[in-house]
Amino acid sequence: MSKAKVNQGINLDEYKNVWIIAEQRDGKVLNIALELLGEGRKLADKLGVELTAVLLGHNMDEAAEELVKYGADNVLKVDHELLKVYTTDGYTKVITDLIKERKPEIVLIGATTIGRDLGPRIASRIGTGLTADCTRLEIDETDGKLLQTRPAFGGNLMATIVCPKNRPQMSTVRPGVMEKAKYNVDRKGNIEKVIPNIKDEDIIAKVLEVIKTEKKEVNLADASIIVSGGRGLGNPEGFKLIEEFAKKLGGVVGSSRAAVDSGWIDSSHQVGQTGTTVRPKLYIACGISGAIQHLAGMSESDCIIAINKNPDAPIFDIAHYSIVGDLYEIIPAIMDAIDDADNILKEI
Amino acid sequence: MKIVVCVKQVPDTNEVKINHETGTLIREGVPSIINPDDKNALEEALRIKDIHKDVTVTVLSMGPPQAKEALKEALAMGADEAILLTDRAFAGSDTWATATILSAALSKIGDYDIVFCGRQAIDGDTAQVGPEIAEFLNLPQITYVSNLEVDEDNNKVIAHRSIEDGYFVMESKMPVLLTAIKDLNTPRYMSAWGIFQNANTTEIMEWTVDDLTVDLTQIGLKGSPTNVYKTFVPTRKFEGEILEGETPQDKAREFLVRMKERHIL
Repeated sequence: MSKAKVNQGINLDEYKNVWIIAEQRDGKVLNIALELLGEGRKLADKLGVELTAVLLGHNMDEAAEELVKYGADNVLKVDHELLKVYTTDGYTKVITDLIKERKPEIVLIGATTIGRDLGPRIASRIGTGLTADCTRLEIDETDGKLLQTRPAFGGNLMATIVCPKNRPQMSTVRPGVMEKAKYNVDRKGNIEKVIPNIKDEDIIAKVLEVIKTEKKEVNLADASIIVSGGRGLGNPEGFKLIEEFAKKLGGVVGSSRAAVDSGWIDSSHQVGQTGTTVRPKLYIACGISGAIQHLAGMSESDCIIAINKNPDAPIFDIAHYSIVGDLYEIIPAIMDAIDDADNILKEI
Repeated sequence: MKIVVCVKQVPDTNEVKINHETGTLIREGVPSIINPDDKNALEEALRIKDIHKDVTVTVLSMGPPQAKEALKEALAMGADEAILLTDRAFAGSDTWATATILSAALSKIGDYDIVFCGRQAIDGDTAQVGPEIAEFLNLPQITYVSNLEVDEDNNKVIAHRSIEDGYFVMESKMPVLLTAIKDLNTPRYMSAWGIFQNANTTEIMEWTVDDLTVDLTQIGLKGSPTNVYKTFVPTRKFEGEILEGETPQDKAREFLVRMKERHIL
């Protein structure tokens, strides 16, 4: 096998349509696939082309139907026993074969732990560029190329990347950032079964077992209210107050990286560049100064409240409502106010 | 057994600040460090060396001449040899071109059993160079490694490969490319022996483009499929409201009123 080459003056016009790689686990389509459909739909409409979802796995008829209802014009369903669980070797081979044969213009992959293993392997086998962990995608009005924007230097800098001379233009897309596609039960699309050319010996790095850790499930990405604590709590016990506050509001507990690094709370609660990206209805940051790496993961929230002793904390720059004060006084006062809401609201 | 660890010297991004007036990064006075995930890869290689007989650990880096400092640190931790790939022809390389250069160097080194990289670098955060090297060298890969056992007799590795809600137990024959994450281990400190003996007496080899068999059209800025179109500092032109009040209770009341007005609570 000889190494592919880039910048070889290929005919860009041969490449058409937008593809998304729809990741499934245990036959269930991940949220990121629906987010890719949402974003892919916009790009395809802008370019006037079709949106195709590529689905690899085993026994997933329902998943293919679901992708159509969420906006895919076509689903390429590749069903094979060897594709049941993700392997780099199996998935790369099948998807690369399809891309070479059908020549899409854009391929989007979720920037999950799996997508970030798969994406570079596909791009380097084909001989094209890949932009990692994009948070914004646009079509250039002048020449129709894909503008791929992503954070670098821990979110301190944003870079817009292009892939001018090679196709497809490939991006991995950060989960939780793009808007999910709308579900429409009446939507119709083509579901095409693809027979893959894959054999047992193609898979060198094998998965022997899949282990699910029994970590308490923290579903930050889907929460509509998040109450987060940071180093300003002063000690790990502070999270008890945060938990109580979150419970009162019907929300879940988040945290800054500083609090995780201090060992005060499990990393599954971490919001930010290296944690989970969230956009809840209400985000309350308690004792979080607002390092860029944290802001990168929550600044798209609908309503942000910041509670901090330091009036100069950067978190206040992005908060819709800022409360300067000691969180150990403010939070109990808010909880009391909520209990007494009827009386308080009557007074005004 | 031969292990090659790819390391990158990076600015400590925790220390990076922004000049809001010019919209650029302030890099002055920002310390350079070995990329954290790469350090985990190096530590694991050194652990294998501690346990198994006849293991050599080579550290390989691409960068400007200053990147020698990172390689010195790796030697002080216990690596056997160090190679720096440095040449103006390498400048402006994206992940494709970088992986092309590193894999050319790895081909020259030859006979490796494990190529170990960190999952991603904290300056670029792409996580692409490892898999791209694996592809160019036609190696199997296991990324996000959180636990590793080397079975030398059967010429294979068993690894835990971390995913969002658990991990895969994976097996691969060697040679193999692995990428390390933080959970894999805790990197050791440099030892006195390492600093005074190893790092000071081991010469860091410097290879330029002339030392490699590499297609010049596939490296540097012109050999990169991706280009930076523009960079910018995330702007936050946004006026929030400060909830005023004499007492915490006053502020709490303001909060409640705003939440009701906006139908959030």
